Amino acid sequence: MSAVLLSLAAIFAELSLLAFGGGNTILPEMQRQVVEIHHWMSAQDFSAMFALSQAAPGPNLMIVTLIGWRVAGWPGVLVATLAKFGPSSIVTGLSLHGWRRFKDAPWRRMVQTGLVPMTVGLVSASAWLITRASDPVWSLGIITAVCALVTFRTRVHPLWVLAGGALIGLSGIGQF
Amino acid sequence: MNSADPKLPRHSNHRSHDPSGDLSGDRSEMPRAAETAARESAGLHVPSTRELFVGFLFLGLIGFGGVLPLARRMIVEERRWLDGDEFTELLGLCQFLPGGNIINLSVAVGLQFRGIPGAVAGLVGLIAAPSAIVIGLGVIYQRFNDSYIQHMFGGLAAAAAGLLVATALKMAMPLRGKPLALALAALFFVAMAVLRLPLLPTMAVLVPLSIFVSWRWIA
Repeated sequence: MSAVLLSLAAIFAELSLLAFGGGNTILPEMQRQVVEIHHWMSAQDFSAMFALSQAAPGPNLMIVTLIGWRVAGWPGVLVATLAKFGPSSIVTGLSLHGWRRFKDAPWRRMVQTGLVPMTVGLVSASAWLITRASDPVWSLGIITAVCALVTFRTRVHPLWVLAGGALIGLSGIGQF
Repeated sequence: MNSADPKLPRHSNHRSHDPSGDLSGDRSEMPRAAETAARESAGLHVPSTRELFVGFLFLGLIGFGGVLPLARRMIVEERRWLDGDEFTELLGLCQFLPGGNIINLSVAVGLQFRGIPGAVAGLVGLIAAPSAIVIGLGVIYQRFNDSYIQHMFGGLAAAAAGLLVATALKMAMPLRGKPLALALAALFFVAMAVLRLPLLPTMAVLVPLSIFVSWRWIA
């Protein structure tokens, strides 16, 4: 096992167990590891990978697969996928029988309420970091702002929002 | 999409092909014959390992921008693997634990009906197609370096960032009027986005603080 594969395994196994509140909460740490510590890609490339994973169907965290592929090819895909989905799945499996006992326990509600501010803070950090890297020019910043507003205010399907952004991007307005 | 989509298969009506009739002597996670019979007479269907794989494969393929509402429709309303209360309870666990909600759900549902093979079938089914598609998109992104494609991906990335901003705003809305909760959220934001601290030590310090403050003053 090469050093890169070991790093991938270590990073994503840790993120797997820290991903409380869904996938978007761990993007800042993922970006820190992939871009700032290991220099596997630029922040802009990371944002592009995030965008690609949003354009694909399925669960939130397909960016993990893409990072594995980009960094170490097919072995990278396998290692990153196993490391990201394995540990949390094992925890889920082990908790399944105990859940009926602790789901009504007072501490369960306490912990869950206490995690809400964390989720909001981490997803906001993700939004900030991804936006900053995605919008090197003002015209792209406007696309982000409009897409955010449309999604926040209306019930337009996210796929249409992505398609709209891609089309405006294709026109090349302001991207020179 | 509406719930009357005629393209969606309705497996719950094909119980004659169900191989789950002879489950006696199975592992504890798997439903015993009596329990299977009870579920079937309650109008529910006990999925086989193959049905778990196919069901979650289908979810992975159609689930754009949030699989969860679709998961409920498939599992509860169409294929009738779980009733509404069971689904809500299982989802509660999946949201509480680390990992993606829908990922955990595929594991929990698979495990409950068919033990470890079922869990693997659900998980692999869910991520197989999206993995292939996302890698295909990655190949296109890397291969085509002309300015049109690059501009298109630039616009796509900007739009994806916008979706994430909207998600963050929607999640923050319930915290309006709760200055302490907002302050805690701001602490997490500053630690990760501004100071770029590692997640594990940040959580080790801020999660207990957040739980204590929420318990004492917010909840």
